[in-house]
Amino acid sequence: MEITTVSSAKLLLAVLVPLFGALGVMFMGKNENIRESISSIASIILFILVLSLVPAVLSGKTLVYHMFSILPGVSVTLRADAMSMIFAIVASSLWTIAVFYSMGYMRAHNEPAQTRFNACFALSIFGAIGVAFSDNLFTLYLFYEIVSVCTYPLVAHNQDKEGYSGARKYIVYLTTTAKAFLLPAMILIYVLTGTLDFAPNISTGIFPPDVNKGLVIMLYIFCLFGFAKNGVMPFHHWLPGAMVAPTPVSALLHAVAVVKVGVFCTTRVMLYVFGVDTMHALNLGIPTAYFVGFTVLMASILALSKDNLKERLAYSTVSQLSYIIMGVALLTPAGIDGGLIHIVNHGFSKITLFFCAGAIYIAAHKKNISEMGGLGKTMPFTFGAFAIASLSMIGAPPVAGFITKWNLLVGSIQAHQMGILLILIASTMLNVGYFAPVTIKAFFGKRPEGESYQGIKEAPLSMLIPILIACTISVIIGIFPNFMMQFVKAVTG
Amino acid sequence: MDQLLIHPDYPRILSTLIFLPLAGALVLLFVKKESFARFWALGVTILTALLSLPLVSNFDTTTAKFQFAEQSMWIKSLNIQYVLGIDGISILLVMLTTMIMPLCVLASWNYIKTRVQPFMICLLIMETAMLGVFMALDFVLFYILWEAMLIPMYLLIGIWGGPRRIYASIKFFLYTLGGSVMLLVGIIWLYNANGGSFFIPDMMWKEYTMAAQTMLFIAFFLAFAIKVPMFPFHTWLPAAHVEAPTAGSVILASVLLKMGTYGFLRFALPITPEATLLFMPFVLWLSIAGIIYGGFTALAQQDMKKLIAYSSVGHMGFVTLGIFVMNVQGIEGAILQMVNHGITTGALFLCVGMIYERTHSRELRSASGVGKHMPIFVTFLAFFSLSSFGFPGTNSFVGEFLILAGAFEYSTTLALAAIPGAVLAAAYMLRMLQKIVWGGTDNPDQSWISDLNLREIAILAPLLFFVFWIGLGPQPFLDLIHTSVVALLDQFNSYHGQTVATAELIFH
Repeated sequence: MEITTVSSAKLLLAVLVPLFGALGVMFMGKNENIRESISSIASIILFILVLSLVPAVLSGKTLVYHMFSILPGVSVTLRADAMSMIFAIVASSLWTIAVFYSMGYMRAHNEPAQTRFNACFALSIFGAIGVAFSDNLFTLYLFYEIVSVCTYPLVAHNQDKEGYSGARKYIVYLTTTAKAFLLPAMILIYVLTGTLDFAPNISTGIFPPDVNKGLVIMLYIFCLFGFAKNGVMPFHHWLPGAMVAPTPVSALLHAVAVVKVGVFCTTRVMLYVFGVDTMHALNLGIPTAYFVGFTVLMASILALSKDNLKERLAYSTVSQLSYIIMGVALLTPAGIDGGLIHIVNHGFSKITLFFCAGAIYIAAHKKNISEMGGLGKTMPFTFGAFAIASLSMIGAPPVAGFITKWNLLVGSIQAHQMGILLILIASTMLNVGYFAPVTIKAFFGKRPEGESYQGIKEAPLSMLIPILIACTISVIIGIFPNFMMQFVKAVTG
Repeated sequence: MDQLLIHPDYPRILSTLIFLPLAGALVLLFVKKESFARFWALGVTILTALLSLPLVSNFDTTTAKFQFAEQSMWIKSLNIQYVLGIDGISILLVMLTTMIMPLCVLASWNYIKTRVQPFMICLLIMETAMLGVFMALDFVLFYILWEAMLIPMYLLIGIWGGPRRIYASIKFFLYTLGGSVMLLVGIIWLYNANGGSFFIPDMMWKEYTMAAQTMLFIAFFLAFAIKVPMFPFHTWLPAAHVEAPTAGSVILASVLLKMGTYGFLRFALPITPEATLLFMPFVLWLSIAGIIYGGFTALAQQDMKKLIAYSSVGHMGFVTLGIFVMNVQGIEGAILQMVNHGITTGALFLCVGMIYERTHSRELRSASGVGKHMPIFVTFLAFFSLSSFGFPGTNSFVGEFLILAGAFEYSTTLALAAIPGAVLAAAYMLRMLQKIVWGGTDNPDQSWISDLNLREIAILAPLLFFVFWIGLGPQPFLDLIHTSVVALLDQFNSYHGQTVATAELIFH
């Protein structure tokens, strides 16, 4: 497909909308109705703006917007291509849903410091959209770091001992890995190639052919670990640690922004800095797939052992994120398709699960799975949505996750990797093992002794409706995957 | 004297800049009123800053010669001349000095309550001496001004400082004086070797013997390494910073520390190129030691001023690293980083001073959680802290990026050894920021603390502006220094008859 580059100020606007949303929230913080209408209007404008880019990108154009020149070959430049759109659509649509949900959650729970919460939430989206629309490694790094810093106040939201220690772990892991691995990698790539711009397609990469192979392998490893938001073991501890935050924050971390920024950056760099050809030539793909395969299995096993619902979901996220990297690392068309589409599928399903966990906490004040026996009858919609989203995680048709699993399985066969196939099958079993008991317990389990669930009803509508919307979308993109799949296909060509 | 370029429109601009603050100080000798002294000093420093603007707008970026030059005989019998001129290496430092001084006066507005006139006199004399050091092209003139800086600085710390001010000021004085005694010997040797001339450009790129160069380099190194300060000559710095009043700390951090690195670029490289090459690995690894040592020590501090002082040791380690990798990116990054450090660390000291004026404590613990009551203040502090550890989009990132790119070009091992310093910088700055903005669950009661007033916002706002200007559009700044750096390296390489590459690049 012929790629033409067009300059478009819409990109700038898309990045600025959440930023100005955050500023508006900060200055209008006194009045909560005005404050929250600013958040929601900003989120809707952003979603419409992102959608308005769809026709141009689908017609094969790459939109760019140049902002600042730092040094020759280093600039702050935005670009929207097929891969950006995958993440931008997910982040902007989930922000819209999350804004309404957090409004309900934060009010129902009488959370303090809601202004700061809303402002930082919007700033994190600013970072995520910036990451999605980055045209080069420097811009990517800039917005990646913005996300790290702006989510710190969200993780430490409760301002108690656990909050501070969880948040410290969070920021220490993320900034240390970024400074220790990404910074030198980025500078070395600049020294080697004279530019930090992404390649125009996924095959060539940006390295000259006569480059030192050992050095490129080192850079690749640095990038894999540098984007520690991707949750690849051994740098995943920050994610369960960040579970101390309120549930909307967990949703932001796990579905909308943080971890998705991590995997998006990782895969973006794998495909557009190193490129499929270089990765083949240096034999980087399959070892990566097996390496993250360990995370897939290990995190699932850890999830089995957690009784706290949010912790179980956290380990599930660690495991599912590695699907995305694994798929891309297979370097086969179906593998890359499966990996990239999972950014979408996991986003919608995981946000449903976290929203449900939050709704259960607000309505019934329950955090542990063992205390939820029979609760499904009292909160049928919440647990129904939870069940459907679980199916997506497991990869059962017709929910979104099935599309991922299918492509990943095909990808592993294309790559002749029976080991990966076995890992996928084993992880599916494990997924069933830790998700099914939640639903079964809720609908068919016995009530804990002395528990009557009296006075417990479904969470407020402002929370329930976002749950149902996110859940419905999970099903729709499972049955009609083509809308999002066309961007993925445009990436793989 | 073809190294000098005399600008026809501004024949005496450098002298004007040097003598204006001095004249302002003289007027203050006859003034009794304290409020007049404040406004007068502010007016003089602002006027100096405004008058320095034509230096940038009329600077010729195509030549490496010394511009806006002035030359006249001073002491005929010894052939000591009064020669001034600036090139790409010094212009940004001159501008930094003229821009930072009004902010120092503003920061002392309420902080200095006793002996206001003498304080302002010291500040103004300080400005004269600092500008003179960056402009002087005669070695005796340079040396006189270099030593002249010590006296007002000594008084600033010794009179208006904290409880241990006498100890700190004497330590500062002895360290820097001790270092520069050797420099004087070197100057006199150079005077004889050059047929009785102190003219600095004439001394450069001469074929001195290796032994002479080695001795000279050691003399230069002692004088400048103490001033930078390089590890292990840094111990005077935390003491001086902790005891100095805010304005003193800012001058110290923003301008005085740059004298050492400026000295390396102006004297050590062109006068002793062969010895520079000999000592290069030694200085580079010493820089790495400073980067790591400064980082770890800063991480352990409870005193905010000490924390920033040790962070300066680390940051200046990056600057010497950039200078001694001997390539364009490294040296350009180093010069830019000198300016960045002046802006960011100066701003951080100003911020600490603002907390100190409120809580009368420099302890991190007593400042924990002030963010709740000072939202404007912590917004500034957050940006300056981010800048300090090289957050992308801020000024320090560009400097560090260039320095590390230069270091990677020189040796991957060396550059990777500096990376822990960048990690540590993030750790100690975020630790400080977290403590000040949020604190913990047992913050002291600070509900009586007031947020910044307009004067304080006016101090910090211009610095924040430069943080982002250099961070997002550094090209105009780099253009100013580029030609001089390229010329310096060209001459350095042609002196050795080859491109410097003592350590083979491990790639290509």
